[in-house]
Amino acid sequence: MQKKEVIIVGGGVIGCAIAYYLARLNVKALVIESEEIGHGGSSRNGGGVRQSARDPRELPLAMHAIRYIWPNLSDELGVDVEYCQEGNLRLAKTEEHIKILERVIAQGISLGLDLRLIDQKEVREICPYVSDEVIAASYCPTDGHGNPMVTTLAYYKRAREMGAEFITGEMVQSILIRKGKVGGIKTNLGTYESDQVILAAGYESRAIANTVGIDIPMQRTLVEALVTDQQPYMFPQMIGTAASDFYGHQTKHGSFVFGGMTGLEPYGSEVDNPITRSITAPSICRAILGYFPAIGQSNIVRTWSGWLDVCADHVPILSKVDELPGLTLACAFSGHGYGIAPAVGQSMAELVVNGSPSLSLDAFRYDRFQPKS
Amino acid sequence: MTMKMERKLIQGDFIPRADDELIVCRCEEITQGEIRKAVYDGMFTMNEVKRYLRAGMGLCQGQTCSGLVQKIIARELGLAPGEVEISTSRSPARPIQMKQMARDGVKK
Repeated sequence: MQKKEVIIVGGGVIGCAIAYYLARLNVKALVIESEEIGHGGSSRNGGGVRQSARDPRELPLAMHAIRYIWPNLSDELGVDVEYCQEGNLRLAKTEEHIKILERVIAQGISLGLDLRLIDQKEVREICPYVSDEVIAASYCPTDGHGNPMVTTLAYYKRAREMGAEFITGEMVQSILIRKGKVGGIKTNLGTYESDQVILAAGYESRAIANTVGIDIPMQRTLVEALVTDQQPYMFPQMIGTAASDFYGHQTKHGSFVFGGMTGLEPYGSEVDNPITRSITAPSICRAILGYFPAIGQSNIVRTWSGWLDVCADHVPILSKVDELPGLTLACAFSGHGYGIAPAVGQSMAELVVNGSPSLSLDAFRYDRFQPKS
Repeated sequence: MTMKMERKLIQGDFIPRADDELIVCRCEEITQGEIRKAVYDGMFTMNEVKRYLRAGMGLCQGQTCSGLVQKIIARELGLAPGEVEISTSRSPARPIQMKQMARDGVKK
């Protein structure tokens, strides 16, 4: 079998974006996905393209993507990814909430982000549908949202047209070593040879990395979401709350997509497939109604859930592995990988091809985790 | 686990059919031609077609068009319909008003 230039494990938004940016650098990758394109978090997240409340280490990736990639992405890929840059409102109902926002705002401003606290009057000017309980918000006018399912498939489609190979329904089980370097991968159906393997398989990356003695400190956590029927146009902003009880936006189609957590997720029973639990959707609905009573008229047509690959310090691992030349990690996005995916895809492609990405990835090294003492 | 598929490009240009204007997903008004073009673009599974076009994402959640979309994908790929897996079914079975769902599980 012909040796592949690069093998990417995982056909989510990260794997597909890396394949696309590699193709732009004239490198034809093989992407292997165990299920179907965008099966994991890429088709299950809330679609936020957000800089506000980002970890300072991740913020440069988000700012780069929003300044230079997201605005032209639909034209570039030839598919409407529904990018909408109309701001992010993080809503507060109490003085405690305002304190949370003030901390986040101070941090954002110190890193050069246009982020400010606005009072009830200004919140209502921007979004007239908020309830009387909302007393303030943080506002980042350059934030927004997109359609994560279509973005993933658009990267896939364009990469495929440009010569990247994709195989779905084949599960990568281990990494092969030849003379101390990466030699390829072994799947449930066979082997593929390559000097370069990128793990972009979310939580499943951990078990694969373990086959060559590399561990990634991440956990799998359930998160759930729901979508309403088509509604008349109401507002374009991405919405979050200081209390973190829900998040969401109205899509281009008119439906609202909302996500949220009950706080009990880590204590659910162990299941192999992400399932929706009967307590979660009602909990998200109650949270929404406290901020947007008018949306209570809408109908919920579907609920779903997915896994977060939560890293020990809540930012991803984007790194070559020193011990095994040819192995690169792009995983542990901790629930906020979609918005930065274009910048991650571009940087990872550069990292693999010439070793020096135009955006520094030093903060995302795989060996940054140290014990307390 | 899903069937192995190599996502090779379909050779030649996309060829329209006379009946491409037929509406297959009535809720979202997605035509046969759009579904055929999506398969040509690389969407080889029901979930991918759904996520790409919204076929089956409307009020009935695919309860009307699922079988039709499945047959179109199968025909374009030269598969038997049963080889194309149906999209994941999810709660609720019928749309529920948000105000009503919010009351579920609340102790009086």
